[in-house]
Amino acid sequence: MSTINDFVVKFANVNGTGSASANLLFAKSIFRMGVPVSPKNIFPSNIQGLPTWYEVRVSEKGHLGRREGIDLMVCVNPQSMLEDVRSVKPGGYFMYDSTKQLHEEYIREDINYVGVPLMEMCNEHYTDPRLRQLFKNIIYVGACAALLNIEFSVLEELVSEQFAGKTKLIAPNIEALQLGDDYVKANYTFPLPFHMERRDLVKDAILMDGNSACGLGAVYAGATVCAWYPITPSTSVAEAFEMYAEQFRVDKETGRKNFAIVQAEDELAAIGMVIGANWNGARSFTATSGPGVSLMNEFLGLAYFAEVPTVLIDVQRTGPSTGMPTRTQQSDIQISAYASHGDTKHVLLFPSTPKECFDLTVDAFDLAEVLQTPIIMLTDLDLGMNDHMSAPFVWDDSKKYNRGKVLNAQQLDEIGRYGRYEDVDGDGITYRTIPATHPKKGAFVNRGTSRDEFAVYTENSDAYRRNMERLLVKWDTAKDMVPAPQFYQEKNQNEVGVIFFGTSTQSAEEAMEILKENGINMDAMRLLSFPFSKAVNDFIYAHQEVFVIEQNRDAQMRGLLTLELNIDPNKLIPVLNFDGMPITADLIVKRITQSVSLTKI
Amino acid sequence: MSYIRPQFRHPNLPKNSLGYTSKDYEGGLSTLCAGCGHDSISAAIVQACFEMSIEPHRLAKMSGIGCSSKTPAYFLGNSHGFNSVHGRMPSVATGANLANRDLIYFGVSGDGDTASIGMGQFVHAVRRNLNMVYIVMNNGCYGLTKGQDSATADEGSKSKAGSVNPFQAIDLASLAMELGATYVAQSFSGDKKQLTPLIKAAMHHQGFAFINVISPCVTFNNNVGSTKSYDYVREHVEATGTVDFVPMAEEIKASYTEGNKALVKMHDGSYLELHKLATDWNPQDRISASMALQQARAKGEILTGLLYVNTDYHELHETLGTTLTPLNELTEKDLCPGAEALSDINAGLR
Repeated sequence: MSTINDFVVKFANVNGTGSASANLLFAKSIFRMGVPVSPKNIFPSNIQGLPTWYEVRVSEKGHLGRREGIDLMVCVNPQSMLEDVRSVKPGGYFMYDSTKQLHEEYIREDINYVGVPLMEMCNEHYTDPRLRQLFKNIIYVGACAALLNIEFSVLEELVSEQFAGKTKLIAPNIEALQLGDDYVKANYTFPLPFHMERRDLVKDAILMDGNSACGLGAVYAGATVCAWYPITPSTSVAEAFEMYAEQFRVDKETGRKNFAIVQAEDELAAIGMVIGANWNGARSFTATSGPGVSLMNEFLGLAYFAEVPTVLIDVQRTGPSTGMPTRTQQSDIQISAYASHGDTKHVLLFPSTPKECFDLTVDAFDLAEVLQTPIIMLTDLDLGMNDHMSAPFVWDDSKKYNRGKVLNAQQLDEIGRYGRYEDVDGDGITYRTIPATHPKKGAFVNRGTSRDEFAVYTENSDAYRRNMERLLVKWDTAKDMVPAPQFYQEKNQNEVGVIFFGTSTQSAEEAMEILKENGINMDAMRLLSFPFSKAVNDFIYAHQEVFVIEQNRDAQMRGLLTLELNIDPNKLIPVLNFDGMPITADLIVKRITQSVSLTKI
Repeated sequence: MSYIRPQFRHPNLPKNSLGYTSKDYEGGLSTLCAGCGHDSISAAIVQACFEMSIEPHRLAKMSGIGCSSKTPAYFLGNSHGFNSVHGRMPSVATGANLANRDLIYFGVSGDGDTASIGMGQFVHAVRRNLNMVYIVMNNGCYGLTKGQDSATADEGSKSKAGSVNPFQAIDLASLAMELGATYVAQSFSGDKKQLTPLIKAAMHHQGFAFINVISPCVTFNNNVGSTKSYDYVREHVEATGTVDFVPMAEEIKASYTEGNKALVKMHDGSYLELHKLATDWNPQDRISASMALQQARAKGEILTGLLYVNTDYHELHETLGTTLTPLNELTEKDLCPGAEALSDINAGLR
């Protein structure tokens, strides 16, 4: 019996050997055949030499979360071969370079072997050692095409597009693909029992990584100052911003740029520059990961207390400390929510797709200026650095940036005494002025020290308390401004609920389907932001027990919900994955099933 | 103690070309100790801005934390200020400058704020040649925490309590020069006549203008044995000469160097007129300027005045190639690529 469009292929390569473009070619060919695909890089903190993997899940049903169990392993890395052989599902396939005979320790009775003499073929066809290396990767893609019934014309089309600027390279690449394809067709039964069939399931979807979407979002949101410090996995956010800004924001006549990017000396300086630029009326942002957030705590406290708009994109990785720099986690939730000393709270956003990375980045700039406070977007390595199938980006040309309450010279003339921290509207949000607005009015010293309503330094207890209480009023105002949670049902129908967010979403959705088939029905809510609105509170109170799915050890979101909404901790049951790999539907199903059956006993 | 400055002013106070009196450049009443050198520096800043007819709102005051960093509240009350966090003023100033290249950024820091916690940010602001004035009010001690030695305290200098500093001092003027600051001056808070033109020229300089001002701490570091006391500094100051700042409106006929007089043309067409006392030193040659500074140091002297100036080097915005319009004035039309471009991007991702 054959399985159509539902399998996992994993490629085992050596880091730094040019495998990335071959692997992307493979993933994209599936996407082009109209079938949902979810590729994930599993890479080391290394530039050259260590093992690296590329795992591609193909799912007719559109399940894009990670799935355990490899159907076809393509191994071109002897270093990891033992581990790779073991990871194949019983009955699965193992493709290897058969130039040399496979050692018996790699032989398993319960899997099938596909030997392709990659090195031999390369040595025969190419003389340049670098080409031998690169085309080895392309040959195995060609071999996979035959094994998995990938349309050869799709591969040809992709290669032609990729090398549109270097047409010389098109023919040799296609030749390499053909070598692999021919070899399999001449020596093996093809296709394998699991394989591809063309569909029309991806529609207008796009394939993009979250970091690029954030960078693009910042360009659309009108960010003009980007200050950053390199750190995996966030570096490509700033790089994408630069790439798109170079494309769209350079004056064709003068060559001058409508943006400024500074690679700062460290994360402290990066966020300092962002705060300075925003204070002076330019939209500015930085991107970092957990270690950077630790360093930025002091400045986040300043921006909170002095009420300076700030946009921070945190692409989370596995902590604590340096942790696993190239693995994913959702573990900066609490440090971000309460960053810095004293009583502080910050607005958080949780995107789960590249489209949301784009949309929420745009929202972040509006929210930062409307609320005059830091907005921290929590994405992660899985979303940021892997290509994801996503709804396409949409823009409304009539959209105006919401710059919040900023007084101009005329408004300053019309009012009496200007009070930077006077709550005129009763929503906790006060009016700010940008330097150089008015020759004689509106100036104040922005500061992290306590001050009165007129921004004059004070150590008066009442004035301090009034200010801190006003910041809470603003916090309440924020609850209705931040993106609302997404509900999976119009009305709650079950006693059990489930909460998830960010990159746990796709595996959670798949798990819900499986659980439903097994007779376990749950209502579901996806969080998009913090502070939590009333709707979040209502959802939890409407259920007997609520599972909270997240990717960290200490159930940080559960803790935040418990603390902020005053919920009995026993009501919230953690479903956790924190090994650095993206959470799977299997794990969620297992945990929830166990818990539900325990309750029934 | 009153925090309200008396409003009474002589009706015939002189006015500058904007019609402002020096009063328009004052700030709140200082809360520093009576006799603090920092207040004298604030007064020099007020005078420089008044004489140059700076529009107060076209200047932004930037500072970190410490006694010195409090001073922006005590001058230029019609200018926006940013009293940021300890040692981090350079990054905040960098961001502010990126947002609007047209304002004057006036940074005030102290020896703790710059030479210790803020060293990392200071050196990088210098390295980028950020267009700003950066004054260190240098008293060799931590005044706000009651007089601990700072990193600029000289080795062997004695504190009020009698302990002797065992560590070498960081010489900020030498460091700034070494790092490539394009305007380096040194002065003494007790010499307003020298300091005021140095501040004026610094504000006109396109690039990083650093002024290290020895500013004795009257409460914690003005004792016998301290090398940052009023008496000690007065006895050991050695001026490089005097400086006059000539605004561009005034025509300069002589564009030559004559004897000990040198004219340095600033970026905006104004001039620095130098009357040199030290003849073997060339303020436009970094090696010569460094040498003069080192030689004075070896003799136990504090060399003051303009030490080095380079008016040719590109400041940060030029390095980055940013538009001449302040970035904070750009609108949706300039910034957003629009829906059509986005659908092209979508098409490229399929």
